Amino acid sequence: MDRRKSLKIIVTSVFASGAVVAGCNTSDKNAKTPKTKFNLDRAKEELEREKKLLAEPDFFTAHEMTTISILADIIIPADEISGSASEAKVPEFIAFIVKDMPSHQVPMKGGLRWLDMQCVKKFEKSFVDCSQKQQLEIVDTIAFPKKAKPEMSQGVSFFNLMRDLTATGFYTTQIGVKDIGYKGNTPNQWNGVPNEVLSQYNLSYSEKELKECINFEIK
Amino acid sequence: MDTFEVKKSSKVYDAVIVGSGAGGGMAAYVLANAGLKICLLEAGAMYDPQKNITQLKNPWDSPRRGASTKFRPFGDFDACYYGWDIDGEPYTKSEGTKWDWWRARMLGGRTNHWGRISLRFGPHDFKRKSIDGLGDDWPIGYEDVKPFYDRIDKMIGIFGTNEGLVNDPDGYFLPPPKPRLHELMIKNAATQSGVNVIPSRLSIITKKEEQHGERGACFYCGQCNRNCSIAKADFSSSNVLIYPALKTGNIDIVANAMVREVLTNKEGLATGVSYILKDDMKEYQVNGRVVILAASACESSRILLNSKSTRHPNGLANESNVVGKYLHDSTGAAMGGILPQLFDRKRYNEDGVGGLHVYSPWWLDNKKLNFPRGYHIEYWGGMSQPAYGFGFGMENLNGKFLVKGEKKEAGGYGKSLKEDYRYFYGAGVGMAGRGEAIPREDNLCEIDSNVVDKYGIPVLKFNVKWSDYEIQQAKHMKETFKEIMHNMGAVVTWGANDGPENDYGLESPGKIIHEAGTVRMGNDSKKSALNKWNQAHNCKNLFVVDGASFVSQADKNITWTILALSMRASEYIISEMKKNNL
Repeated sequence: MDRRKSLKIIVTSVFASGAVVAGCNTSDKNAKTPKTKFNLDRAKEELEREKKLLAEPDFFTAHEMTTISILADIIIPADEISGSASEAKVPEFIAFIVKDMPSHQVPMKGGLRWLDMQCVKKFEKSFVDCSQKQQLEIVDTIAFPKKAKPEMSQGVSFFNLMRDLTATGFYTTQIGVKDIGYKGNTPNQWNGVPNEVLSQYNLSYSEKELKECINFEIK
Repeated sequence: MDTFEVKKSSKVYDAVIVGSGAGGGMAAYVLANAGLKICLLEAGAMYDPQKNITQLKNPWDSPRRGASTKFRPFGDFDACYYGWDIDGEPYTKSEGTKWDWWRARMLGGRTNHWGRISLRFGPHDFKRKSIDGLGDDWPIGYEDVKPFYDRIDKMIGIFGTNEGLVNDPDGYFLPPPKPRLHELMIKNAATQSGVNVIPSRLSIITKKEEQHGERGACFYCGQCNRNCSIAKADFSSSNVLIYPALKTGNIDIVANAMVREVLTNKEGLATGVSYILKDDMKEYQVNGRVVILAASACESSRILLNSKSTRHPNGLANESNVVGKYLHDSTGAAMGGILPQLFDRKRYNEDGVGGLHVYSPWWLDNKKLNFPRGYHIEYWGGMSQPAYGFGFGMENLNGKFLVKGEKKEAGGYGKSLKEDYRYFYGAGVGMAGRGEAIPREDNLCEIDSNVVDKYGIPVLKFNVKWSDYEIQQAKHMKETFKEIMHNMGAVVTWGANDGPENDYGLESPGKIIHEAGTVRMGNDSKKSALNKWNQAHNCKNLFVVDGASFVSQADKNITWTILALSMRASEYIISEMKKNNL
C-alpha cells in the first residue's frame, strides 16, 4: 500500500497492535488465555483492562446465576415475536457487566440474597427451589413499584435493577434488536421520512426543503 | 544501570507541531504540502481510522453493549480515546471550582468523535466588546477569516443552507439531509415560539465533489462519533488532514510524546521542544525553526507556563501575564422528554447523518434580554441503535401512559413488558443549548505549585466560575425548551426541575469541551499573548493555533474557526519564511 510506504511513524502504533490482537479471532493456539472477543478497536491500556476483566473469576455463584436466569426469563420470556432473555444470553451479559461496573455488585448480590430470604420466610426454600407459581407470587410483590408494600421496597429496587439490566442485555443482542425493530446500522440513502409516515402525522416537507435537501432517486 | 540522559535529535525541522487535532492537523497539512519538513508530536496513541474501527459494529460487539469506560467516556464505540480521567495525569482545582477537563489522547484528538457542527463565526462575534462592552474585540474581523472559511468549506466539505443571516454567514454548502420525523415536529413547535429552525451545518460530505479526492459521500449510518472509517465522509483531522499530508513524505509523527516545554535560546527564540516518550519514559528534544502549539487550549497554556527561562521568567509568550487567563467553555443546558404521538410508531431506518439534521441559530437580540450573549439549540430523538441503558426506568413510563389503549401498572414483567418496550421505542426527544460565555481574567488555569504528573511536569490548577450572565442565559434556555416541548405535546421527563439552586441546570464549565481563550490574540502586547497571526508577541517563531488563541468563542462550536485560523497562521508562516523573517 502506498500509504504505508510514505508513513514514517517513529513510534510503534499501540492502536494498531490492539487491533491486531483483537482481530485475531482464529488464533486459538494459546488455549489458556481467555479468548478476547473484540472485533472493535481497542487501544493498549483498554485492551489490558479488557483482558483483566475477562480473566477475573466469576462474581456470582452458580446458585446466583441460576436465580438470575430464572428472573431474566420471567422479565423477558419468549413470545410470538422473539425469544427469551436466556436465549439471548442475558445472564452472561449480567455476569460481565457487574465486573465492568462494580457499582452493580452489591445491589445485585445483596438483592439476590434478599430475595432468597423472602422465599425462605414464606416457602421455606430458596427462590430457585420454589415452584413457578411461588416464584411469580414473590415477583409480584416487588415488580410493581406503585402498589408494592412499603416493607418490600428493597426488593422493588432490586427488581428495578434486574429489569433494567435484563432489558438492556436483551435489546442489545441480535434477537433483541430485531424484536425492537431497529432498522439502521447499515449503509443506505436517507431520503427523508417515508410518505405514508408523513401523511400519518399530517406532515410534509416544505418546498424549500425539497429544493435544498439531498434527494435520491427511488429505485 | 539506567542512566538519565536526554536524547537530542540533530535534525532541525522547519516546524515542530505539538498536537494533532484540528489546529495541529491543519498546520501540518498546510506546511507539509508547502514542502516544509514537519515533526508532529502527539501526547496520545497512534491511530489509523482505516484500521482502528468501531463504525458499523453492532451493540453486541461490545461486551458492555456500548457503555462508557474511563477510556471511552462517550461509549465503547466512540472514536475518542481517553477523556476526563487519565492515569498519571492529574489536574487540580481551586476551592469552589467545578471544572472538568477533557483530554483526548490519540492522533487526531477530539476531531475523531466530535459532533461535526461546523459553524463559522459571524461579523458580530469578532467585535463583541464594541456591541455590549464586555470582554474584548478580536484584532481581526470576519472579513479577515472569511476567505479561509470559504476555502475550508470547499476543501473539507460541509452541508447546510444559505439563509442570509447576518451573524450566521452563508458559506459553500453541500445539500443537507431532510429532517427526520421528530425534527419536523420540533421545527413546527419551535417556529410557533419564534425560534428559527434551519438545516444544520455539519462537516459531512453529502455530495462528493472533485476536491474531496478519495473521500466518499455519507452513507447515513448516523455514527460520526465513531469516525467515518469506511467512507471518510466526515471531517476528522486524522482522515482528512494528517493521513493525506503524510503522503507528502514531509511529516514525521511521534506519538505518545508528552511535551514538557518549549526550548528557547539566548535571544529568547524558540529552538524546539522537549518531551518524554511514554513508551520508554525517556527524555527527548526535537528542534524546529518554528514551534507551533496546538495541544488544546489548556494544555498549550500549560506548556507555555512551564517554559520558563531567563529571557522568559514568567513562562514563554507571557510578558503580558495573560497566559492561562480568560479560560471559557461554551455554556450548556439540556432537557429531554417523550412524544406520545410517536408511541407505537412505524419502523424504518432513520439513522441519517451522525447528529442533528436541523438546529436553531441564535434568534434574539441580547439588548432586550438580561444576559449579554446568545446560544444555539441542538436537537435529538428518534429510533436509534439500542445500547447500554436502553430500556432503563421503564417503571417510570409504562404506568404513566396507556399502552395500546390499556392502563397498566407501572413496572411489571413478561410478555406485557416486552410489548411496552416496543411501544415506547423511538418516542424520545431532547434539546440542548450551547451558548457563549464571557471570557474573564479571573477564570483561569495556572501551574499548581505543589503537584506534578507522572512525567514530572507541573500540572494545571483551575479556577473557573460562571457569572450571572451565563446563569441567566441557562434560565432562558430552559424556558425556551419548555415552551418548545409544550408546543409539540411532549412530556418532559428530565431537565425541567431547575432553579437558582442548580444554576438552572447550567453544566459545570469544561463539560461542553469547547475550551478557549487561554493564550489569546490581540493588538496590545500588554493584554494579549499573540498577535493577529497567532504568533507570540515576544517570541516571533512561536505560534499557537488551537482554541487558546480565541478572544471570545461566540455561540458557535469553535472547530471551524480553529481550522480557519490555523490555515491562516500556517500560510503566514510560509510567507514569513520566504521573506526570511522566521
